[in-house]
Amino acid sequence: MEILHLDQISPDAVVLWRWKFLALNATILYTWIIMAILTVGSWLITRNLSTETNTTRWQSLLEVIVTGMRGQISEICQQDAGRFLPFIGTLFTFIAISNLLSFVPGYAPPTSSLSTTAALAICVFVAVPFYGMWDRGVAGYLKHFAEPSLFIMPFHILGEVSRTVALAVRLFGNIMSGSKVVGILLAITPLLFPIVMQVLELLIGLIQAYIFSILSTVYIASALKAHEENESLVQDTTGLIAAPAAKTDETI
Amino acid sequence: MDIKTLVGMMSIIIAGMTMFVGSISPALGMARAVAQALSSIAQQPDEANTITRTLFIGLAMIESLAIYCFVISMILIFANPFWRYVTTAATGAGH
Repeated sequence: MEILHLDQISPDAVVLWRWKFLALNATILYTWIIMAILTVGSWLITRNLSTETNTTRWQSLLEVIVTGMRGQISEICQQDAGRFLPFIGTLFTFIAISNLLSFVPGYAPPTSSLSTTAALAICVFVAVPFYGMWDRGVAGYLKHFAEPSLFIMPFHILGEVSRTVALAVRLFGNIMSGSKVVGILLAITPLLFPIVMQVLELLIGLIQAYIFSILSTVYIASALKAHEENESLVQDTTGLIAAPAAKTDETI
Repeated sequence: MDIKTLVGMMSIIIAGMTMFVGSISPALGMARAVAQALSSIAQQPDEANTITRTLFIGLAMIESLAIYCFVISMILIFANPFWRYVTTAATGAGH
């Protein structure tokens, strides 16, 4: 059962229900379904958490996910992941669930619509100055646009916009191309090859979720970066080794 | 050859050529990046985590070039604005 025809690029075009100017397309419906899965699932699991040895297997699963994300984020940011975990973690789990569900018949991933990915990228676009201003103050954040000279400012702004576009188009292109390739293969060799491609698509979907969240972490960390350099300079003058700053430069 | 045939033909040819150039060149770049990262991991297995993560970020950056080309060729084939314009102009009816 294919909900999406081969000549429709995005699930936006599949309108399931229409009332006057309100139209419910497949993207919105499946986004709601994923949101429900995430919310209800997390609520059910976190309803009875235990610190004893008799943890449920669902709690172990959630702990593995949260600990893994926390570790990755704090490795990149070189600081505690607590502030970034809600945002980055939600991005990752939403994109991952959205891509992984693509083997369910009749499902079209919302991430294969440019609207969804653009919305996610705009969230990152807003979150970067938000965290930057939270960390360094409004003036401190705005000052880094004028570094090293005022001439560079248009390029800074251009960079912010173009990487947001790149973030949106990368996720959209990867997921959309996956479903299109499966659709085309169904028309040519319908028996086995689409399944192989779908397995590959699960891997690509997870990698894209990882890349999206890692890139947004890197963008946020780059808004905090100068702050850390100052700190490490202070450490350096007091005789401590400025290892964290060097490591930050490597990872970014 | 009327304008409709010309637009359709050129769209398909350019879509193919976009994929041709736009997949070969990022592939070469990604191959270099992966080869370099593999030799770095072979030299310093302790740093494998950092190298792998940086490699993924770099690959994503390079890959987005290929994805741009892919999206452009998809637009040329599935949602070509010129094609829509030409078909409406030829028949006189909406779409």
